[in-house]
Amino acid sequence: MELTLWTYEGPPHIGAMRIATSMKKLHYVLHAPQGDTYADLLFTMIERRGSRPPVTYTTFQARDLGGDTAELVKGHIKEAVDRFQPETLLVGESCTAELIQDQPGSLAKGMGFDIPIVSLELPAYSKKENWGGSETFYQIVRTLLKDHSNESKHTWQEEKRRPRVNLLGPTLLGFRCRDDVLEIQKLLGQYGIDVNVVAPLGASPADIMRIPNADLNVCLYPEIAESTCIWLERNLNIPFTTTVPLGVGATQDFLKELHEVLEMEIPQSVNESNNSKLTWYSNSVDSNYLTGKRVFIFGDGTHALAAARIATEELGFKVVGLGTYSREMARKVRPAAKALGLEALITNDYLEVEDAIKETSPELVLGTQMERHSAKRLGIPCAVISTPMHVQDVPARYSPQMGWEGANVIFDDWVHPLMMGLEEHLIGMFKHDFEFVDGHQSHLGHLGGKGNQNANQEVKTKISIDSTTSNLDPIWTHEGERELSKIPFFVRGKVRKNTENYARQAGCREINEETLYDAKAHYKA
Amino acid sequence: MSGATLLKESGPKEVFCGLTSIVWLHRRMPDAFFLVVGSRTCAHLIQSAAGVMIFAEPRFGTAILEERDLAGLADAHDELNRVVKNLLARRPEIKTLFLVGSCPSEVIKIDLSRVAENLNIELKGQVTVLNYSGSGIETTFTQGEDGALKALIPLMPKSDQKKLLLVGTLANAVEDRLISIFKRLGIDNVESFPPRQSTELPSIGPETKVLLTQPYLTDTARELKNKGAEIIEAPFPLGVTGSTLWIQAAANSFGIDKSIVDSILIPLISRAKQALAPHVEKLSGKKLFLLPESQLEIPLARFLSNECGMEIVEIGTPYLNRDLMKAEIDLLPPDCRIVEGQHVEKQLDRVRDSSPDLVVCGMGLANPLEAEGISTKWSIEMVFSPIHGIDQASDLAELFSRPLRRHDILNPKTLTSN
Repeated sequence: MELTLWTYEGPPHIGAMRIATSMKKLHYVLHAPQGDTYADLLFTMIERRGSRPPVTYTTFQARDLGGDTAELVKGHIKEAVDRFQPETLLVGESCTAELIQDQPGSLAKGMGFDIPIVSLELPAYSKKENWGGSETFYQIVRTLLKDHSNESKHTWQEEKRRPRVNLLGPTLLGFRCRDDVLEIQKLLGQYGIDVNVVAPLGASPADIMRIPNADLNVCLYPEIAESTCIWLERNLNIPFTTTVPLGVGATQDFLKELHEVLEMEIPQSVNESNNSKLTWYSNSVDSNYLTGKRVFIFGDGTHALAAARIATEELGFKVVGLGTYSREMARKVRPAAKALGLEALITNDYLEVEDAIKETSPELVLGTQMERHSAKRLGIPCAVISTPMHVQDVPARYSPQMGWEGANVIFDDWVHPLMMGLEEHLIGMFKHDFEFVDGHQSHLGHLGGKGNQNANQEVKTKISIDSTTSNLDPIWTHEGERELSKIPFFVRGKVRKNTENYARQAGCREINEETLYDAKAHYKA
Repeated sequence: MSGATLLKESGPKEVFCGLTSIVWLHRRMPDAFFLVVGSRTCAHLIQSAAGVMIFAEPRFGTAILEERDLAGLADAHDELNRVVKNLLARRPEIKTLFLVGSCPSEVIKIDLSRVAENLNIELKGQVTVLNYSGSGIETTFTQGEDGALKALIPLMPKSDQKKLLLVGTLANAVEDRLISIFKRLGIDNVESFPPRQSTELPSIGPETKVLLTQPYLTDTARELKNKGAEIIEAPFPLGVTGSTLWIQAAANSFGIDKSIVDSILIPLISRAKQALAPHVEKLSGKKLFLLPESQLEIPLARFLSNECGMEIVEIGTPYLNRDLMKAEIDLLPPDCRIVEGQHVEKQLDRVRDSSPDLVVCGMGLANPLEAEGISTKWSIEMVFSPIHGIDQASDLAELFSRPLRRHDILNPKTLTSN
């Protein structure tokens, strides 16, 4: 039993719903009690979808449990097929239905429909949303393509045509999937590569049947598509790319991998620095102040890994924390964190993430919408880089994360919550003027200094509590506090902590002006 | 009863389960914690319904059942014990802990009352542990509050004091306002259930007169009656008429002179009607369809037809308690169609066929209907907004006139040239 106050991922049948709702001409009969229909609002509210998810819930009640729930399930299946006329039917159950073991998938298969039926078994008490999405996509593809033979298949060179690829993995309630697909399609077009099928987003079962016509699969979101890509490689001999084109460097690597696997010559233009404005913006003098900005990263595996690379290699940030809630991706995130000299934070507990943020006192948090809340509480600027997300993370404007334009969007989204370089310089210049109000922050109006002061107070109270148990904790003198207040608020918390650590190590009982400078020299050395 | 037609329907439903009530109950009693014993689905449901806006550590959580908890019930009870103790260690300010049953905990028959009993012995009164079910297989949306209140009743002290007890969660400001009106009428001893602190439960006895503020408290009303309290029959305090009749019913029951009641209420009524007028203009003659969800559908339909001139196409209600709703149904216009239960697909077909101007519905259905050009109002807003009482009638009407006004602003009627 696990105590949860808030959860990053829903249960696995929500993942199945994401696949079903992303696709066309498909219907999902979900054996589930009344109340589980809340899931509709994820799509109609967060994504502002103008249509209901193609899901029929059996909404059984306690009084049904005494009778024949199997007949109830069959009734709903029949009605759903009659009403919605799907090309393929998904049948599954939510957590409660799993306990009563009606096996709706087998029931549906015995009803004599002439459409493919995909029976989903998604263990609700051990798995979660992304796993459910991945498994559902895999089961759909496997069911529809298991009898496919690719004996007569030829390469693009043999057929003297442009190479064709599938884009696999984008779904509803994924992070900016809608725009990523457009951006990658545009990118591939520039290199003479056609897109054969995009799935699950926008694909019908008939489109899934066309997957084998491609020369390669692009695995855009490994959380959803990796197991499907592996199956397609093993069974239908379709190779897939493993680089996710998030950021300038990764987009270049992606294009190289794509050309290599397709046996195409890698064009010089891949390495041009003006493909994305991120490179120049990052080199421009205003961005000097970004150097070594301390950034904390937490999200799904794919976006957290990409963020770490962009932050370190393309923006010159210093990553002080890296983690993910997807245990399936822990294997990839751990070595990435280790390479940055960190230990990866793999957890479902948002409070643990919040504690880690406090501990590392970053200047920028890149996270999910929950880290946005946590960062707001702590007065730290934040950009959302991953699901789970809120309605404001589904913008009306075109704002991909992938490809060249995605890198532009990332530059803007991550840097705007921080202060611009020139602005920071001016604040430094004028901060001792009497008109200056401490706590000034970026244009985006975060809690800024005020929140930071709160955080400092928290630290203070904590220290005073500690000092009752240990006499070793240093005390701030009045002049020490005054000197500390001259330090810009966004690094003050860090300086306070460092100075206290230094004082403890050095055995100082009091922290005065000089101790601050001693500590500064100590940490610079 | 009026000429309302009562129909029953069954099929796939689109309603919240009782767990959703936690979203307002935890705010009403800040010293209580609601621990759902359920699955990841339960946790996800509550955070989704709560709008995922958690700025502080919330006063609700889920003990998520895992594979090994399903294997042995004895272990599940021990596990729950452990989770509760961890929680209480972390949140020492909790005075009342509700263990809330869910679909999976009911199906595998975890005995929450036994767990609560054992914990109460162990905790020796530091924290009171209670249990009720908010499962979707037994409860719909607002019924969760019914369960939580029913669980508190055995803890209410006995008293022979004559008092008015307002039962059902109200917005604090509205509650204060209603109490001050009762005091002006001469009813001084007015208490509320649930209280604002879970430990400050009102007392109850044969001299307690209960006035229900919400229509979904079937079990609570029955238990209070069993404790000797008298349930005052009245429509619910929504709109000018409903609120007036509601206050008058209490005044009658306390033997307050009609002239005093009139002298206090008449100015309020005329002021409220004035405030209502611009909304009536907007709403009058417009067609309204209410899908079942909050159980407030019948009182709302009564207000919107009788006081705002709306034409009622259909009133959906998750279930119908004829006793509690009798006063409301009597006030409905003749030939009103009330449908108990739901077949969501057939009901949406009827919505489309009747092309209503406004549909009251759940959050999952609102945008799809908007996309079809039909204005909507979320039913969950009714349980969060201060809408009760005479003074709030125009605010209540505005909740419905605003979507129509917005629709007109965004879709100006163009002159047709023939």
